[in-house]
Amino acid sequence: MAGVMLREVTKAYGPVVVIPKLDLTIKEGEFVVIVGPSGCGKSTTLRMIAGLETVSGGSIYIAGKEVTHAAPKARDIAMVFQSYALYPHMNVAGNMSFALRLAGTPKAEVEERVRRAAEMLELIPYLDRKPKDLSGGQRQRVAMGRSIVRDAYCFLFDEPLSNLDAKLRATMRTELAVLHKRLERTMVYVTHDQIEAMTMADRIVIMEKGVIQQVGTPREVYTAPANLFVAGFIGSPSMNFLEGEIADEAGVLRVRGAGFDLPVPGRMKERVSAARNRDVTVGLRPEHFSANDSGGVLAPIQLQVDVAEYIGSSQFLAAVVGQQHVTASVDVGPDAEPLRSGDYYFDADRIYLFDRASGQAL
Amino acid sequence: MTETTAEELPEKVPPRFDTRAMTPYFFILPAVLVMAGGLLYPVIDAVYLSFFDWKIGTPFSKAEHVGLDNYWRMLGDPDVWESIWVTFRFGFWTISIEMVLGVALALMLEKPIRGASIFRTIFILPLMVSPVVVGLVWRYLFDARVGWINFYLAQWFGIEPQVWLGDADLAFFAIVFTDIWQWTPFIFIIVIAGLQALPSEVLEASRIDGANWWQQIFLVKLPMIRSILVIALLMRLIDVFRALEVMYIMTGGGPGRATELMSLHIYNRAFDAQLLGYASAISVLLIVIVFTLSLGILVISNPMKDKADV
Repeated sequence: MAGVMLREVTKAYGPVVVIPKLDLTIKEGEFVVIVGPSGCGKSTTLRMIAGLETVSGGSIYIAGKEVTHAAPKARDIAMVFQSYALYPHMNVAGNMSFALRLAGTPKAEVEERVRRAAEMLELIPYLDRKPKDLSGGQRQRVAMGRSIVRDAYCFLFDEPLSNLDAKLRATMRTELAVLHKRLERTMVYVTHDQIEAMTMADRIVIMEKGVIQQVGTPREVYTAPANLFVAGFIGSPSMNFLEGEIADEAGVLRVRGAGFDLPVPGRMKERVSAARNRDVTVGLRPEHFSANDSGGVLAPIQLQVDVAEYIGSSQFLAAVVGQQHVTASVDVGPDAEPLRSGDYYFDADRIYLFDRASGQAL
Repeated sequence: MTETTAEELPEKVPPRFDTRAMTPYFFILPAVLVMAGGLLYPVIDAVYLSFFDWKIGTPFSKAEHVGLDNYWRMLGDPDVWESIWVTFRFGFWTISIEMVLGVALALMLEKPIRGASIFRTIFILPLMVSPVVVGLVWRYLFDARVGWINFYLAQWFGIEPQVWLGDADLAFFAIVFTDIWQWTPFIFIIVIAGLQALPSEVLEASRIDGANWWQQIFLVKLPMIRSILVIALLMRLIDVFRALEVMYIMTGGGPGRATELMSLHIYNRAFDAQLLGYASAISVLLIVIVFTLSLGILVISNPMKDKADV
């Protein structure tokens, strides 16, 4: 099978196991983003795919070939590093053509491929410059160019945008997505930034403590997080978690806790009724709060507002429900007065329920 | 907040004495004083003395101002030219071998493998020995009758005892060998520091780009530490023109003038022949040579050119 496959891959440093048995299949041409907090093993996983890190157990396949212990250059991969890792003593053209020159590619072809990549990345005016004479964004482009020129089977990105400022990062994000469309290559992208993951990925792999928590499309991981970790990691601002319990009121299931009492959506009924006597954690996304109930379908909830932050068209509320802190992002338009404590509404159809002991979604 | 207009800004009080403009000069003042006192004064004094015919032991008031005579004499003095030639030959052999050996050793011991740090420590031991001691030790090692070198050459290879320090070529070899023994560690330690400071991601990038071990060394690592190599080369070059103690003790510059480097020649002229003014003139020539060579190397290689600011 083509694509990139990891089968029961483990990584241990002496007795310390950082990645226990990891299985992952990346389809050919897919853009997969591995996301997780620092130290979750996402970079180690990528570096094992690249061959920069030895594999302690299991096997890795790229384009149908087993490459578990192969040298990086034998894997038909290109990689973009967080620090760009440009060769400081070579100019842009030299950086971009290095791999081709090492491979003994004919000079005319090298020039042609460098020129094409440079055109795609708007680097033509800078081909003679050294990396130190380029801006951060330009260096980033050269690093991309260096991998594009290779025309590798698989592109690996290790937090390539984290050294850029916010505005440039957004631009480069778009460019990367466009690049993926044009090149139609398999891309594996590592980041700790869930926005990057959500915006670029065909599928997202969420890791924590060396273990994959969930694999799914951006929509899947947002609308149906597998567990508390994924629910808290995906979405910005992150999901609020409240302690509650399931109550059965004459056949109608409700989830209750200090300061809130929300109906359980019909679609969840079966799964939830099985968990009736267990402690649950209720997940409420900040963006599903609202200040008024226009359609009459929302559930009321009391918010005691500590601070209202003006964001523009919405306001971020640092508030208290019962005794638990929550964040709410309320869309009231740019001209609204700072919001105060009082009655708010929540889209009860969008609540998330988790088994409190296991952390798994109900 | 109320709007602040230009009229409402507080009145600016002009400083009586604008210290801000002076501040940078205060910061470099100590360095300038040290440079002037420690470096420039002796140079200027040497230049001044070179215009005199002054014998050691006589008061300077009796010294005779001779204008450029010392310089004219120097230009026609074959001994001076020979000492320059010996110095260049010595510099060529020692520096080229030290650079190659030092870089090779650094590349071998760069990886943090078990035991490498012990080797690293052993390698830099010669650097810690005073040149006078180095001269004494190697003088006895090279000694024709009691030296270990002759002993082991005979013991292991059956080679006849050589009069190491009594033959022009052998003596020259001996001082080159001794210099390499003492100064290779210097190159080693500078280069290894440079190699270990290289960003690992760049080296990883070169592995992904397909560079093999040799290509990584010659196309990535060494070019990236070029500025360090140039600085090491410069420091050794300057050292060669300062080298004195080891030759003074091992050979005294002999046999004949076979190992009389420029600095030793100057020393001999000043304190043996007691021609302080003449020796000063040769010193000035030495300064000019070192300065020209250093400048030449700096211009050709421009170590700062590729310094990436990442």
